[in-house]
Amino acid sequence: MLDILKPPVLAVQEFFSLAGRTFRNLFRRPHYAADLFLQMDTIGVGSLPIVSLIGFFSGAVMGMQMSKALQQYGAVGQTGQLVALTMVRELGPVLTAIAVAGRNAAGMASELGSMKVTEQIDAMRALGTDPLQKLVKPRLVATAVVLPLLTIIADFVGLLGGFVIAYFFLNLSSAQYWNNAWQSLEYRDITFGLLKPFVFAFAVALVGCYYGLATTGGTQGVGRSTTQAVVTSIILIFVLNLFITRIYVSL
Amino acid sequence: MLGQGTALAELEREGGIVDRRDERPVLRFERVTVAFDEIRALDDVSFQVYAGESRVILGAAGSGKTVLLKTALGLIRPDRGRVWVFGRDITEMPEEELFHIRARIGVLFQEGGLFDSLTIEENVGYPLENQPSLRCPPEERRRRVEEALRFVELEHTLEKFPSELSGGMRRRVGIARAVVAEPELVLYDSPTAGLDPITAHTIIALIVKERDLKNITTIMVTHRYQDAHFLANFRWDRQRGGLRPAPPEATRTRFLVLQEGRLVFEGTRAELEAASDPYLRKFIRREQ
Repeated sequence: MLDILKPPVLAVQEFFSLAGRTFRNLFRRPHYAADLFLQMDTIGVGSLPIVSLIGFFSGAVMGMQMSKALQQYGAVGQTGQLVALTMVRELGPVLTAIAVAGRNAAGMASELGSMKVTEQIDAMRALGTDPLQKLVKPRLVATAVVLPLLTIIADFVGLLGGFVIAYFFLNLSSAQYWNNAWQSLEYRDITFGLLKPFVFAFAVALVGCYYGLATTGGTQGVGRSTTQAVVTSIILIFVLNLFITRIYVSL
Repeated sequence: MLGQGTALAELEREGGIVDRRDERPVLRFERVTVAFDEIRALDDVSFQVYAGESRVILGAAGSGKTVLLKTALGLIRPDRGRVWVFGRDITEMPEEELFHIRARIGVLFQEGGLFDSLTIEENVGYPLENQPSLRCPPEERRRRVEEALRFVELEHTLEKFPSELSGGMRRRVGIARAVVAEPELVLYDSPTAGLDPITAHTIIALIVKERDLKNITTIMVTHRYQDAHFLANFRWDRQRGGLRPAPPEATRTRFLVLQEGRLVFEGTRAELEAASDPYLRKFIRREQ
């Protein structure tokens, strides 16, 4: 029994050790600005198309589903409100984080994993750089900065998707949809809607980097790490979402 | 005999033979054990290397050769025992302090360990840019990178990426990166693994050249006895270039043999060749 529990407990311990050391290094020199901007470009600009597409189509689907439900109460005019609330509170942050986890947690795990198995991580340490400073910190900071920004874009494009359905299929006026959507949002919806991606960023970046740096066993090991990174970060996103939503509801 | 005496006198003038037995060792392992899970990669290993000496570490695959080199660099911490580098105990040294020790050590990893995403110039200049105690301005960095690449005859590859070079060229770039910071100790991890015999000879010639021109302490891990033979019995000819035979005492080369993490032999080439142990004989017989 102890033998079965040992590896996952060890993995959790190592993950928190990595997270702790990365946080400690956050404000410590050296800062690799070029690596940070490169990561922001890869994660942020690189994820824009997929995040926009996911946002648009989920907003549109929400628009259709909600209008169907609202029709029973004769309240199709409230479609904007429901699309806005679901997008800003839940779908925007969660779907964006999942898209970025699929793209970038996998990217981080495979990139760092390949570096690990080809001894580039050892070479880095031997040649005077701390891989946590040079590789993990830029990825974490970049994800924490761009994920909330991507979520804002996903929310807006989602609202646009809902609007297309409302305007063309439900015959709602533009003013009616946007006023209804805008007025339904409270400050705390927006605060929590942006707090979520900020927290999810840690799950995506740290999990991706952890599995990358823990890679063993050649190219097969890289594949394994990549899969584990995506699966674990997506599960973590859902678990963290539950906790944050619980806090939101109790406020 | 007289001829050999003359050769020795010449080598002494070149700085080849210096008795530094009173000095502190450059590298010292004292009863070092490194274990991964239940398997001991290094088991109670003790040895020391003095300045200007060459060490060849022989061993079958999985005998702990690479782990030994990584332990010497402080990349792997021993579970038991102590490691001294340049007279300093690095066993529990924090990573920031270790960078200053590593700045004085050059290393060639098994597959070269070059960074895929950086150009050859950036790769070779990496220690000069990043080692906290080496940092130098870009103009000087460029000059030293070019000099190191000229040494391995690859000065035309500055702008290329590692993926654009052949296996042998990548290994030569690895050597340039290992020596660019003019280290006092250079560690080579299987420098000829996976290379054809001609390229392997070029690589070994470069290692001997670097050792003899700068009188660098050299530790080479290999499973090829042929590589060990060149390191032990040849020196770089300063006048004419190229390798020339030299008496074994001139190269100050000693052999270590690892078997499943244990150090099973330490001695000269003659002692190794006289050994009757079947494991030791395996290395010699394979090449003969």
